[in-house]
Amino acid sequence: MTDQPLVLGIETSCDETGVGLVRGTTLLADAIASSVEEHARFGGVVPEVASRAHLEAMVPTIHRACETAGVTLRDVDAIAVTAGPGLAGALLVGVAAAKALSLSLGVPIYGVNHLAAHVAVDQLQHGPLPEPTMALLVSGGHSSLLLVPDVTNDVRPLGATIDDAAGEAFDKVARVLGLPFPGGPYIDRAARDGSIVIDFPRGLTSRRDLERHRFDFSFSGLKTAVARWVEEREASGEPVPVADVAASFQEAVVDVLTRKALLACAENGVEHLVVGGGVAANSRLRAMAQERCDAAGVELRVPRPGLCTDNGAMVAALGAEMVSRGRLPSTLSLPADSSMPVTQVSAH
Amino acid sequence: MILAFDTSSVAVTVAVHDGKAVLAERTELGAQAHGELLAPMIASVLGEAGVGVAALTEIVVGVGPGPFTGLRVGLVTARVMSAALAIPVRGVCSLDAHAAQAVAEGAVSTPFAVATDARRKEVYLATYDLTGARITGPTVVLPAGVDPAVAGGPVIGEGAALYPAVFADARGPRLVSAGCLATYAVARIMAGDELGDTTPMYLRRPDAVESAGRKRVTQP
Ligand SMILES: [Zn+2]
Repeated sequence: MTDQPLVLGIETSCDETGVGLVRGTTLLADAIASSVEEHARFGGVVPEVASRAHLEAMVPTIHRACETAGVTLRDVDAIAVTAGPGLAGALLVGVAAAKALSLSLGVPIYGVNHLAAHVAVDQLQHGPLPEPTMALLVSGGHSSLLLVPDVTNDVRPLGATIDDAAGEAFDKVARVLGLPFPGGPYIDRAARDGSIVIDFPRGLTSRRDLERHRFDFSFSGLKTAVARWVEEREASGEPVPVADVAASFQEAVVDVLTRKALLACAENGVEHLVVGGGVAANSRLRAMAQERCDAAGVELRVPRPGLCTDNGAMVAALGAEMVSRGRLPSTLSLPADSSMPVTQVSAH
Repeated sequence: MILAFDTSSVAVTVAVHDGKAVLAERTELGAQAHGELLAPMIASVLGEAGVGVAALTEIVVGVGPGPFTGLRVGLVTARVMSAALAIPVRGVCSLDAHAAQAVAEGAVSTPFAVATDARRKEVYLATYDLTGARITGPTVVLPAGVDPAVAGGPVIGEGAALYPAVFADARGPRLVSAGCLATYAVARIMAGDELGDTTPMYLRRPDAVESAGRKRVTQP
């Protein structure tokens, strides 16, 4: 066990300061500091607020991770950090912190892709990642369908959102329904008491759309349809059935996500589906993905919610995999790249 | 053995100081590249000085004021190195170090001000007596809003050079150097002064508008 390298991972691409410690595929610590409450009154993440919070949280979060794992920084064998994609100023705080550790401890640094890290984190819960695997990543920042032959080196985008991310649609619909930010958990909770009685549109699922945007997603039209439906209700003086709207909206999102993910598995002959990102915490998404995977004979792997949302452990998990597969480390001049393409797993 | 650096200006500047003198120093321009420049520069300055990280006993960092993104690169680097090496870190107002540099270089012999570029047509400004002790500031102001008695006197720094119509007696040094930052910090420590912590001098609130509630998609 102890002969496997100890990797410390840092994640600061959005509003969570995450520091994780992983040895091989074993999770030792996953410390998180979130600035989400500071953003709530703005109705979305404010980049400068997030960057300031990362600076203040960085050292305390590193210490907390070490305490939880029962290690000292001197024990760390390699550093991994999210180099992109994400908010530029926020990424920069994490990358600079990672370089400071690399420089001080005399250990290599791996600048990695945030999306690949969302896939690699599954190893910490379900053991070695079967490759190729299909990955459906859904959060407030991304909605991607990825074919992953090698999580350290070969990640191929099959589709992505052409407008809003899935999590963004949850936030916007929550606002229309008078629910708090971030909307995901509140919609999920409200939907449990509702029925799927409104037939909201499924974006990019028509025959023509399936030709041009086979594995892409669109949630903007759905969001507008929900807002229009609610406003018409209000205009007619009738109460808005919040639970039913939440359930029907959620069903439309989850239906498209899982339908396209399973179609991608079938067409690429892939037998494993990893679901990650904050929206993977959604109970309806988990249930429907399980049903459809079971029906298709695909193994579904969804990490527990704490590993699906942005965290440092996922970065450490990918870093540990890079070390074990002998991938080249980055240099100290590693840039933070806010628009790092998903095809680029590591930066130098 | 002190490692000093500052990322509050368009430059990244790094120095190693042994308590008596600067052993090595480097300054590079790169307004958008602080994150890429700083760590390799620290490595190369330490190499040039023949000093390993294990020999460092203290870190001194400029806490601004300065453009936020670059400033944070220096501050997070200083804090994390301090934690990893288990050595103290202290912060110095970057304008104070700049003022000390002006006095040391003989650029001024009367009370003066330091003005650096705050972008958005503003400057970070502080005033000093002829020994380099701060009298007022730092603040962030429009050049036109600076007290004419201050603006008309000697003003050090790139902020003064950028607005010659307001600052008629603009002088160098234009940018602060880490060698001077370290020398200034050592002098303060020898004099028994307490240096500050690494709280950033932002001087501006984040730009953010509180959400105005939901937007309608249909006409009311
Ligand atoms: Zn994410």
